[in-house]
Amino acid sequence: MAYSEKVLDHYENPRNVGSFDKGDDSVGTGMVGAPACGDVMKLQIKVGKDGVIEDARFKTYGCGSAIASSSLVTEWVKGKRLDEAASIKNTQIAAELSLPPVKIHCSILAEDAIKAAVEDYRKKHGKDQTAKEKAA
Amino acid sequence: MKFPIYLDYSATTRVDPRVAQKMIPFLTEHYGNPASRSHAFGWKTEEAVEEARAHVAALVRCDEKDLVWTSGATESINLALKGAAEFYKTKGKHLVTVKTEHKATLDTMRELERRGFEVTYVEVQPDGLLDLTKLESSLRKDTILVSVMYVNNEIGVIQDIPAIGEMCRKRGILFHVDAAQATGKLDIDLQALKVDLMSLTAHKTYGPKGVGALYVRRKPRVRLEAQMHGGGHERGLRSGTLATHQIAGMGEAFRLAKLEMAAENERVRAMRDKLMAGMKQMEEVFVNGDLARRVPHNLNLSFNFVEGESLIMAVKDIAVSSGSACTSASLEPSYVLRALGRSDELAHSSIRFTLGRFTTQEEVDYTVNHLRTKVEKLRDLSPLWEMHKDGIDLSTVQWAAH
Repeated sequence: MAYSEKVLDHYENPRNVGSFDKGDDSVGTGMVGAPACGDVMKLQIKVGKDGVIEDARFKTYGCGSAIASSSLVTEWVKGKRLDEAASIKNTQIAAELSLPPVKIHCSILAEDAIKAAVEDYRKKHGKDQTAKEKAA
Repeated sequence: MKFPIYLDYSATTRVDPRVAQKMIPFLTEHYGNPASRSHAFGWKTEEAVEEARAHVAALVRCDEKDLVWTSGATESINLALKGAAEFYKTKGKHLVTVKTEHKATLDTMRELERRGFEVTYVEVQPDGLLDLTKLESSLRKDTILVSVMYVNNEIGVIQDIPAIGEMCRKRGILFHVDAAQATGKLDIDLQALKVDLMSLTAHKTYGPKGVGALYVRRKPRVRLEAQMHGGGHERGLRSGTLATHQIAGMGEAFRLAKLEMAAENERVRAMRDKLMAGMKQMEEVFVNGDLARRVPHNLNLSFNFVEGESLIMAVKDIAVSSGSACTSASLEPSYVLRALGRSDELAHSSIRFTLGRFTTQEEVDYTVNHLRTKVEKLRDLSPLWEMHKDGIDLSTVQWAAH
């Protein structure tokens, strides 16, 4: 199958590969997918005191489109507030990477990974974080 | 070295230039219809067709009169299975095959089920080989036919065709063998084997695509109901004007196979073993299927914690095939590897390397180095590899399936 240039670029030169310490309070970790389905994504965000995502890392087991989708969202979430990051839609990812219909599930997985990472961060910080976000 | 490197010989082979040379005159010069009995054009091509038939017969050691030309293995299999089932349906309605067969067999069996036959799909052992007692216990009083492939197309394992032949003949059950992947790799002796029907194709053995043959034993006689009707060619079993140039090509390809097989297999085996030794230097690399009872040109490996499609993408300089069908619309891993009981991860992480006549030592060395670099890169990207390195047993993880 033919891949778009953007997919190939992210696949050849993935951005922000790696891991943060899961136990770090400023880190939110999202792990989605299953080996049985052929893809697993781990997305981590590092959130500043102001509730803005300072940095992101990913690791992905999956096809080229899955790797590209997760690489792309690590770039997109940086500098965004948590609610902004959580509102990224898979259709935006699919459009940016020109994913064919059979690869749409990769963009859905990337959207889920962001939501899971944000959720994990919020869980760590309880209610006061939500309150802080509202104030901001 | 020319790129991409071709290591997909089980998908198809290059037509040997000597074979192509043999074919060309039958397109432009000797273009007569071999069924034309009234002039020299027909006599010439009829002679060529019979010469080719003799070469094919010589490779599998059968009587040349027992061979019927077809368009390839898929057609041969269809004719054998549907033809025998329809002819012998008053004798019984039960057929037996194996879960790891090629789709040409499995889909034909499904069609026969639709027509009212009952089919048993026997499981294989984790090494890909049949447990013969299990096969035997699947046979019934009303079983009319058993179909088993000689060499598996994905993992290259060789089934015990002589023993299965004895088992079937003793019970008066017809035995069909799909030998598409076996010609030129194994000594096939239809004089000794208790095989009643055997499907052959040219394009896996350096012949052209679009031609094959079906061996139909005459002693003891096997009857088939024709699936193609028309001019009554090929003893009425397969009507249609013979594709003379294709047939001449298959004959030449099989003649060369007989001459060169022994030396070629040893050369290919040495390269395959070198390829394997190089790959096994990496951690968590597994061979799929039994290694000893396997054709010399096949190596099917799972690179644990790396997904197959991304690996194929990484090795785009090398033409190989993945056991993971992610490239199609379905996300199912190979049904053959699943039948071996391989985990989803391993099934998704597999690559089939098949070497052949034109593979060079240099290409094998390049492949080893290239694969090692790429697997390492993809493992650095893989959360599963990270978890494995942290000592987490992935089978204990609760995944959110999607």
